[in-house]
Amino acid sequence: MAHGPAKGISRWLFTTNHKDIGTMYLWFSFAMFILGGAFAMIIRAELFQPGMQLVEPAFFNQMTTLHGLVMVFGAIMPSFVGLANWLIPMMIGAPDMALPRMNNWSFWILPPAFLMLASTLFMEGGAPAFGWTFYAPLSTTYAAPSVTFFIFAIHILGLSSIMGSINIIATVMNMRAPGMSYMKMPLFVWTWLITAFLLVAVMPVLAGAVTMMLMDIHFGTSFFSAAGGGDPVLFQHIFWFFGHPEVYIIILPAFGVVSQIIPAFSRKPLFGYDSMVYATAAIAFLSFIVWAHHMYTVGMPVAGELFFMYATMLIAVPTGVKVFNWVSTMWRGALSFETPMLFCLGFLVLFTIGGFTGLMLSIAPADFQYHDSYFVVAHFHYVMVAGAVFSMSAAVYYWLPKWCGKMYNETMGKTHFWISFVGFNITFFPQHFVGLAGMPRRIPDYALQFADFNMMSSIGAFIYGGSQILFLYNVVATIVAGKPVSDEKVWDGAEGLEWTVATPAPYHTFEVPPTIDPEHAHS
Amino acid sequence: MQGTINRALAPITKQQGTAALSKLTAAIFTAMAVFAGSAHSAGNDTSSVNMSPGVTAVGQSIFDLHMIILWICVVIGVAVFAVMFYSIIYHRKSRGVVPAQFHESTKVEIAWTVVPFLILIGMAVPATSTLLEIYDFEDAEMDILVTGYQWKWKYEYLNEDGDNVTFFSNLQTPQSEIYNSADKNENYLLEVDEPVVIPVNTKVRFLVTANDVIHAWWVPELAVKKDAVPGFINETWTLAEEEGIYRGQCAELCGKDHGFMPIVVKVVSQEEYADWLGDKQEEAAQVRELMAQTFTMDELMARGKEVYDRACLACHGANGEGGVGNAIAGSAVATGELGQHLNIGINGVAGSAMQAFGGQINDVEMAAVITYQRNAFGNNMGDMVQPIDVFNYKKG
Repeated sequence: MAHGPAKGISRWLFTTNHKDIGTMYLWFSFAMFILGGAFAMIIRAELFQPGMQLVEPAFFNQMTTLHGLVMVFGAIMPSFVGLANWLIPMMIGAPDMALPRMNNWSFWILPPAFLMLASTLFMEGGAPAFGWTFYAPLSTTYAAPSVTFFIFAIHILGLSSIMGSINIIATVMNMRAPGMSYMKMPLFVWTWLITAFLLVAVMPVLAGAVTMMLMDIHFGTSFFSAAGGGDPVLFQHIFWFFGHPEVYIIILPAFGVVSQIIPAFSRKPLFGYDSMVYATAAIAFLSFIVWAHHMYTVGMPVAGELFFMYATMLIAVPTGVKVFNWVSTMWRGALSFETPMLFCLGFLVLFTIGGFTGLMLSIAPADFQYHDSYFVVAHFHYVMVAGAVFSMSAAVYYWLPKWCGKMYNETMGKTHFWISFVGFNITFFPQHFVGLAGMPRRIPDYALQFADFNMMSSIGAFIYGGSQILFLYNVVATIVAGKPVSDEKVWDGAEGLEWTVATPAPYHTFEVPPTIDPEHAHS
Repeated sequence: MQGTINRALAPITKQQGTAALSKLTAAIFTAMAVFAGSAHSAGNDTSSVNMSPGVTAVGQSIFDLHMIILWICVVIGVAVFAVMFYSIIYHRKSRGVVPAQFHESTKVEIAWTVVPFLILIGMAVPATSTLLEIYDFEDAEMDILVTGYQWKWKYEYLNEDGDNVTFFSNLQTPQSEIYNSADKNENYLLEVDEPVVIPVNTKVRFLVTANDVIHAWWVPELAVKKDAVPGFINETWTLAEEEGIYRGQCAELCGKDHGFMPIVVKVVSQEEYADWLGDKQEEAAQVRELMAQTFTMDELMARGKEVYDRACLACHGANGEGGVGNAIAGSAVATGELGQHLNIGINGVAGSAMQAFGGQINDVEMAAVITYQRNAFGNNMGDMVQPIDVFNYKKG
């Protein structure tokens, strides 16, 4: 007899089932998305007009810091980990993750970490106010006492990420169904495998940075203080050695998602599978040697500037290959435009724009003018929101019927997409202009010439933020009262092992490994 | 002085309110016009949607570089999106097309790896030459040391004879404009009490550092942005070819008042610059004279209020009631031992927002403001501090 889930709360507390853990990750990340979004709404409300209206500058800085931290570490990363938990075993024909007990642990340490981070808001001196990049010495010598809690929280969520990554690496390397060679794995699995290696490589670097901060603050060391023989710029080198690969940690799984969905709705195999794999690996490699492009203005020797400029520009090549491959996948396909496809197309257009501004930013002399302006804010939101969040929305709509056996409301899904798409562009497109015109980022108040575009941005942000309520409603309504689906293959163009199991996906899948047709291409 | 920056400010009306909503459409069209048409030659309003070439040769090279890359991106973007939308329109399932099944082509894939690489080389060449130009610090005719403080800039003109001119440059926008109880003037948040003055057509080297946290000295029109790192000195330079007033802001998050740290550079003729420098040196001589004087209580109180409003009010409140900083009214420091009060005023409090003002305001001002704090806000201590007391205290 099939062994089902435990009853009550203990099912969730003690579960080792990849699907339960995936579900918890997804809900947790959505909660964080709403929290981080609420911080963003406060930021945009304050910036609606010139002058200080709602919050004080110190609180504004706390909002920008927490918005960044919560979105990166709380919303985007865990959402993709949730996706990985749900899908990787099902895509490679494994019964579960390789290390299920560790899997439980890596999820359950996350909520306390974020509870601790959020609780700094109520501490004396307020939450961290030094930006999500927490440059020393603002974050060491001049930080609020809550910085110690922030450091502890970073350590915990780093631990969680490393455990999650080890689990994914172990699963992909050891638990593929017989016959599934590496070059037959779905691209989502590939991108996550590479991402997991990136995580294992760089999370300890972040841990090192915050540990050095802790030493500087409490134990009298001077890693980041020139007065004691240290170097504030060292902090930035260490931070960005973590931080730049982190950007790809966020975007590579998104590439994977898009590479699954576009072929499905084009009813045509993915174009250039092999070059997609190589391009992903190339991007991952390059991500390690370009960190200082965040620091062109910090005072580097010209030879350093040139090296980092050339290396950064090179990233455009593999990224371009990926975009061309996606477009070629659509070429001469038979396209239909259900919600997941719409989000992928939105991704494709907006991420390409974000890529272009990234290329512009890579040019060091021009970056001197772009750096730390709203142009950069626009750029990375085009990459992070349109890249990661749009593809995540696509993923949820695409796999939701498989997860819960019910179909979401297509009209509501499409409405969600269009409001998001329009709201997103109203928010972030004008930020290119204010940036080029000279508006620095992270300021709570601005000169009058930036007023109109900021008002547009704020209106767009409220629209984009509001559209997420529709998303939440649609997902909940689907789970509670959606139209049941029983077809194994929910979408006619969908390929892959996850579409061979029953709908909804049973609690345990692949107790007996599936057989992979040796002639069959990757899927 | 009516440089590009003022043209950028020209279309500003006093307040926005709902008026901006109607401008929304107009703004989008302006934006589209800029990206579709000639970006700079149109002049006027476009500088608020595009980078300004500013008034230096380097700024012009950067602007050209920016436009070249932008257009390359636009062309590639149009090509990619055209193919994509062609598929979206003509290859839809609802038109009954049968999907092709091809899924690779080595030739095409090599082509779209090599061609972008060649385009990148094309971009790298002008980028490299511009970068080398920016890094050419040779032959600077004068040096100015720029030091970032939370939250103001200090400028020091480094002369070979050692007779340096030094001053702080603070935000001049009053709190009433920031908190919306007064109308905002056209240079809202972009005005300072003492601008940096440099001569036109002169290569000026800026040595940039910071006193506390990292700041960044950014004046877009002079094509200068450099981080100010405590403990290190960075260099950068400009050569302004047009007289005028150029405004910028701190570009690195530096704490609470990061948004209130403007930079104003006044580029003047050689003669005007010489006059200004002469005046400044004379002023310094006068302060030296004042140091030796003894002031009456009234004089100290009047001067002290002025200094308090400029340097202390933001943290300690208009009536000494406190805020970010402790209250002055009835405080243990202001009603306690004089030496301790002087110590805090001069050396600050380590690890807190209370800075060491000993290096920021002169001894006359220090004497006045300490006297003021001890006698205003109901403190009524009755004691006085003279400049010589401050001088002696500093000497130990």
